[in-house]
Amino acid sequence: MTETALSAANVVVLAPFVALLGAVVNGLFGRGIREPVTGLIASSTVAAGFVLTVVSFFAYPGGGDGVRFVLARFLRAGDLSVDLGFIVDQLSLVMALVITGVGLLIHVYSIGYMKGDAGHARYFSQLNLFVAAMLVLVLADSFPLMFVGWEGVGVCSFLLIGFWYQQRENADAARKAFIVNRIGDVGFLLAMFLTFQVFGSLDVKTVTQAAPAVAYGSAALVGIGLLFLLAAAGKSAQLPLQLWLPDAMAGPTPVSALIHAATMVTAGVYLIARTGPVFAQAPAAAATVAWIGVLTALVAAIAAFAQTDIKRILAYSTISQVGFMIAAVGAGAYWAGIFHVVTHAFFKAQLFLGAGSVIHALGGEQDVRRMGGLGKRMRVTGTTALIATLAIAGVPLLSGFFSKDAILHGTLTSPLLQDATGQLLFALLLVTAVLTAAYMFRWYYLVFAGEERLTAEAKAGVHESPAVMTVPLVVLAVGSVLAGYLGIQAFLGRNLIAEWLAPVTASPDFEHLSVGAEWALIVASALAALGGLAAGYWLYAVDKGRTVKRLDATPLAPLARSGMGFDAAAQAVLVRPGEGVAQGLAVLDRDVLDQGLVAAGGGVGLLGKVATLWQTGYVRLYALAMLAGAVVIAAVALLAGGLR
Amino acid sequence: MNVPTEYFVALSAVLFGLGAVGVIVRRSAILVFLSIELMLNAANLAIVAYARQWSATGGIHALEGQGAVFIVLAVAAAEVAVGLGILVAIFRYRVTTDVDQLSEVRA
Repeated sequence: MTETALSAANVVVLAPFVALLGAVVNGLFGRGIREPVTGLIASSTVAAGFVLTVVSFFAYPGGGDGVRFVLARFLRAGDLSVDLGFIVDQLSLVMALVITGVGLLIHVYSIGYMKGDAGHARYFSQLNLFVAAMLVLVLADSFPLMFVGWEGVGVCSFLLIGFWYQQRENADAARKAFIVNRIGDVGFLLAMFLTFQVFGSLDVKTVTQAAPAVAYGSAALVGIGLLFLLAAAGKSAQLPLQLWLPDAMAGPTPVSALIHAATMVTAGVYLIARTGPVFAQAPAAAATVAWIGVLTALVAAIAAFAQTDIKRILAYSTISQVGFMIAAVGAGAYWAGIFHVVTHAFFKAQLFLGAGSVIHALGGEQDVRRMGGLGKRMRVTGTTALIATLAIAGVPLLSGFFSKDAILHGTLTSPLLQDATGQLLFALLLVTAVLTAAYMFRWYYLVFAGEERLTAEAKAGVHESPAVMTVPLVVLAVGSVLAGYLGIQAFLGRNLIAEWLAPVTASPDFEHLSVGAEWALIVASALAALGGLAAGYWLYAVDKGRTVKRLDATPLAPLARSGMGFDAAAQAVLVRPGEGVAQGLAVLDRDVLDQGLVAAGGGVGLLGKVATLWQTGYVRLYALAMLAGAVVIAAVALLAGGLR
Repeated sequence: MNVPTEYFVALSAVLFGLGAVGVIVRRSAILVFLSIELMLNAANLAIVAYARQWSATGGIHALEGQGAVFIVLAVAAAEVAVGLGILVAIFRYRVTTDVDQLSEVRA
């Protein structure tokens, strides 16, 4: 079982260390390195990681056991045995390809975006550290090591969201992200405890291979599943822990692309796909996962309509899309969830980087109400953003269409959901797909099309971004088109990604639909996308926002603007009572403990004052006292029986 | 003529008492010093008196008592040298040797 030899198939385990090396070089010596060099160092380490991943990908022998690499013994205590080991298998390879591939493009883009920022070395160091942590997360062969990567990702997102920490709100956003993530982390820890109790092991492969033997639907498995769901909800910004993601847009835009679109938020999807066999044995937990995913997708899609910040719209869109993925893995369609991770990584990274390109061109403007018509002035950014918008909307033949269709298909035919539940979730997801297309159309239209509403000073400075930023945009746009062909429904051709992932993910028995029903599904999801786009076109381009203005007057609008009131609820349920307890403790501290200590000090001081009364300064008095003392001692000694 | 030891001890006690009273009532530092010397020598007198009694009874402690007296004398001489030096220094600084006025260090 234990494999320590390094071969082509597991050479990818070096990738996190290469990225770590880049982080160390930039972090410790970055002060002395000039600007483009820091970015080149960071990009080249990620590029090296990508090459290593590709080598492993092609050298991978197949099969479900994976190739192990044990670096060192880590924990040995009683029955517990945890090594510092990595596992390379189909799932971790797909994730590593996304992380290093999309990560590389974002690193390159950052060279242009962060040009002239005094903190460039710190930025690239943290970006590399993030990639390293994410790779550890997906390559770890045990839950404790996965948790190391999990926490590392949390720390790096804290550092990068608060990158411009001199502004208070950025630092607040970073803290919020970190604290909300901690709640999920507690779920991960508790899930590990329960896993060890049930399986007697924390090794990922051991657990997933032993899971089918545990009683179907047993309470322990449901417990593990729900706790892993809590962990996933924290990292993947699912209800009710989605609060941190919209605020996390405070970081530099490439960070939003890397962390909050392409990689970090997919950690929860990865976790559930990884522990899929546990969920496949615990349908109650799986159904909860699916419900959380669907509700998140719907709620975030509604909230996205009311946002006016170019990045916040995308943030809610991310929450919504990750909701799709979570719904897929909840329904047991693990390959569909991971497939959507891959396609989403392309088009969401493109959208964020495109937004960054716009913000860059407008000198920091982020309000879509002061944009518009930029497609003509920024040809590359506008065109690639259009492709990504159509892809995320699910327009047929683009990547988002295939992955979203796979998810819809999965929820409808899932064996883990009751028939009625599956149909209800399917319907909700279809509605969300319509909404997705509509709000993404709104985003594109307000930024790139329609009339120009730029401020005069922004108008003077508009320019297309340099090649170092536009080339990644083009590559990502191409990926947004092509990535979908990895997962064509099986009845139309080869479903490459499902075949590739089949050995390592649990594959519950999905209902088989007739070819006619399959086509009906495809038509439904195509109609959802086109219908959503048409609705968006009518609302924002034809109707010129008149209906929207009427909607703005309804109570729904402020609710949607504030992210459906979850922040206010958290404020009322968690923050206020917390503040109350803190204030109570402050009173206790100030009025009881502190006062007591002050009084005690005063009492001792008073004793001292009394004692100093003897210190008159008259030597003769001291002499008398000494004499009296000597007499007393002598008298006592005599009375007590002499000085023998 | 053989004077009983009690006489010497009584004289020693009287001398010691005079010295102690002198230390307490005198204000001139010089006279306080003299009184201390008186107390020391009262003690010396008692010691040699006991030593004489030990030697008369053929005890083995006779020389030890006399040796102790010499140590006391030597220490007293050293103490006088240091003490008078301090007194001279105080007098130069304060133009008085009244111990009641030397009370700066009271709390």
